[in-house]
Amino acid sequence: MRPPTEWYLAIAALLFTIGVVGVLARRNAIVIFMSIELMLNAVNLTLVAYADSFGASDAQVFVFFVMAVAAAEAAVGLAIILAIFRRRRSTSVDDINLLKW
Amino acid sequence: MSLEALPLEMIVFVVTAVVAVVAALLVVLHRNPVVNAVALIVNLACLAVFFLLLRAPFLAAVQVIVYAGAIMVLFLFVIMLLDLKAELHPPRAGAFQRVMAVFAGAAFLSLMVLAMRRSRSTFAMKEVADAGHGTVERVAEEMFRNHLVSFELASVLLLVAMVGALVIARAFAETPDPQEPSA
Amino acid sequence: MLRWIWAIPLLPLAGFLANGLLGRRLSRRAIGTIACGAVLASFVLSVGAVVALSGAGEDLGAGGGPSLRWDPEHRRAQVTVGTWIPASAAGGLAVDWGFVLDPLSAVMILVVTGVGFLIHVYSIGYMHDDPGYSRYFAYLNLFMAMMLTLVLGSSYVVLFVGWEGVGLCSYLLIGFWYQDVAKATAGMKAFLVNRIGDFGFMLGMLLMFVHFGTLDIQTVAASAGGAGAAVTLIALLLFVGATGKSAQVPLYVWLPDAMAGPTPVSALIHAATMVTAGVYMVARSSVVYVNAPAALATVAVVGAATAFLAATIALVQTDIKKVLAYSTVSQLGYMFLGCGVGAFSAGIFHLVTHAFFKALLFLGAGSVIHAMSGEQEMPKMGGLRAHLPATYRTMLIGALALAGIPPLAGFFSKDEILGKAWEDGHLWLWMLGSVTALLTAFYVFRLIYLTFFGATRMSADARHHLHESPGVMTVPLWILAVLSAVGGLLGLPVALGFGNFLEGWLEPALASPLAHAAVEGSGHAAAGGHVWLLVVAALIAVAGWAVARTLYQARPEAPARIAARAGGLYRVLKGKYFVDEIYQAIFVRSFFGGAWALDRFDRHVVDGTVNGGGAGVQIAGQIVKLFHTGYVRNYALSFFLGVVFILWFLLVR
Repeated sequence: MRPPTEWYLAIAALLFTIGVVGVLARRNAIVIFMSIELMLNAVNLTLVAYADSFGASDAQVFVFFVMAVAAAEAAVGLAIILAIFRRRRSTSVDDINLLKW
Repeated sequence: MSLEALPLEMIVFVVTAVVAVVAALLVVLHRNPVVNAVALIVNLACLAVFFLLLRAPFLAAVQVIVYAGAIMVLFLFVIMLLDLKAELHPPRAGAFQRVMAVFAGAAFLSLMVLAMRRSRSTFAMKEVADAGHGTVERVAEEMFRNHLVSFELASVLLLVAMVGALVIARAFAETPDPQEPSA
Repeated sequence: MLRWIWAIPLLPLAGFLANGLLGRRLSRRAIGTIACGAVLASFVLSVGAVVALSGAGEDLGAGGGPSLRWDPEHRRAQVTVGTWIPASAAGGLAVDWGFVLDPLSAVMILVVTGVGFLIHVYSIGYMHDDPGYSRYFAYLNLFMAMMLTLVLGSSYVVLFVGWEGVGLCSYLLIGFWYQDVAKATAGMKAFLVNRIGDFGFMLGMLLMFVHFGTLDIQTVAASAGGAGAAVTLIALLLFVGATGKSAQVPLYVWLPDAMAGPTPVSALIHAATMVTAGVYMVARSSVVYVNAPAALATVAVVGAATAFLAATIALVQTDIKKVLAYSTVSQLGYMFLGCGVGAFSAGIFHLVTHAFFKALLFLGAGSVIHAMSGEQEMPKMGGLRAHLPATYRTMLIGALALAGIPPLAGFFSKDEILGKAWEDGHLWLWMLGSVTALLTAFYVFRLIYLTFFGATRMSADARHHLHESPGVMTVPLWILAVLSAVGGLLGLPVALGFGNFLEGWLEPALASPLAHAAVEGSGHAAAGGHVWLLVVAALIAVAGWAVARTLYQARPEAPARIAARAGGLYRVLKGKYFVDEIYQAIFVRSFFGGAWALDRFDRHVVDGTVNGGGAGVQIAGQIVKLFHTGYVRNYALSFFLGVVFILWFLLVR
């Protein structure tokens, strides 16, 4: 009894949404990053579900590349956070407020 | 189809789904960043299980090895290095932000559901003849035949990211041990 | 010579430009010379033109220069110097710059330039110490140019140009000493009240154009035949304009206030010339009025009523110029009465004689004021006869003329009007006119006695500065005195066997069906009655003088007693029937009320809307500003909300 594809898509959408909320609602930069990873993974899940549904392999290749890019992005991003933290001793994104009126 | 029409698959799916969602919520909601990171690892593991259920064993493996194994470790390293405490102070961007975020998320979710309902007709279950779908060979075949350039570019990307991370992390290395974050 | 009549208004205009533009740099002598010279040249030209007119035969050959049209039947020469509004195929209004010399305008230009010249000369002395010397003469010349344009115009439009022009100059000259707010306000009052009259005049012109299709005076006169409601209305509307310009009821209120201007101005504009423009206009439109008997009757009644009312007010005024101002209003009423009973030439005759003696009286009053260092109140004068002999003598002659004591000019002109009124059966009008004559004689001699006779009531300081006026001021007085004395020769009554020269001279220019009837009858049965009228008129004048002499010379304490006894009546007369106050309450207040309301509306509603727009934008900006928190998270949320919106739009439509 295989779960229908829509269920996978629904889970993916839910995870994606949770990730979005995390990005928007948290102050800690690292946690925001993690939420982004969550979103990417949700997308991956969607792709794999479709791949299974259509029997297409390019979607899986796509997922592979997504993971590669996610890795690169995580590396650079965390390096940036490190650099900023050394300066400011804080990871709060609310410190980026020079444009505040 | 290797697995029989057992409720086993369904059960696995449901359980894994619940765990994944709970873990995701933990990632987003918990104060302690370490907990967030670990929850994310759990979530990634669940996703790996999903990949298995969806006949993508190779990707499941890659997920565990790369994502959970490397990326999240990196996250944990950084968290430990920075010795972050929990978010102590009230948010300065307004409580409104949080409320709106949840609301926006709910709206988005409902739209997604709507989209899915609309496109239901396209989800004809396909009888996939070949059993090689999702295997390493198949994926490799697909990748190196049709997407070789992208592959090479991805490797360049990784190189660049590596170098970049090194440069950024080193360039600001004059400061002594990190202290408490003062916000 | 007739070809040059267009130069008559232009010479003073040149004087205006010269003094107006260069006045600051010229010496007093030069300014005076230019101004007087321009008017003198106009006068000479006028004399020449009138002589040419009187001697003109059947045809004048065509020649160079502006086109000249000669109408022998009406003894009328028209010179057209150009086209203002060209005639179009669509049949709209066509107006030419045309100047007409006929017997009526001949009389007018002689009076205007002649008396005007004398007053210009007088002004050299009177305004000698005034810092606005060049400005004064510039305005005065401009006035002359405008008045001459008015009188010589061939079209009602050209006439109206002059009409408005003299109104403007009147405003400028009344408010000449504009630093004094009261004087400036008087100028404004004159202009505004005139404007009301002008509005009626314009409506009349409009209706005239609609009815006749043209505004050319001659054409309108030719086609004015047949009584009709339209013609009556036109005549009435034009008369409204005359009411304003010539200070009749109800638009006379500006004239007493106009005394705020320099006295020569009062003499020229508000006695001799501008105020007579209304009379001229009515006489010029005599054909129209004759065809609108209702309007003509209105003219007569208004004239008579004004004459009487103004005379009553003059009885109790203490400012010497105010007495003369109300006297002018009263005498203008006589002129309109004359025109109203169909005796247009009688009205013009009185216009001429009045110009002489009223200008004389005003200039004399100016001399008195000049001598008294600016004092105008008669209670502060007295006994000036010894100190100002020339002024006294000339003013006495003027007073005799105004009172209508024979054989001075005023007697003949006033009598002709009253005589025509009696002959045509307007007994009430005759009665009113005669009573007014009595009052006139009384108040003018009251003025003489208060000013020149009796004990001196002036302050020691004024006494100290007392001096007779210089020759440049007294010579014009004497010239005017002579004219006042002999001016009656122009119109010696037919009843006594003389030929009325002026009436004959004016006959081609005026429509007088009533005069025809009078001519038929006057030579016979009415002749005897007319002599009786002459005697009565003379007796009335003398009686007036006698009463004045009694009250102001023989028993000086009597007036005060009478005033105390009369009490309320005295107060009403002194307060000029409170007409100004009534106007203020009814018209001015309501106008200001409306203006206040509109101001409120403008400030709160109109400005409010505009400001509200600005405020709205500001508020909107304040709201939008809230989005710019500076926090990246908020911006990210905005992005995401945008995405949600787009998705919603695409999915849900």
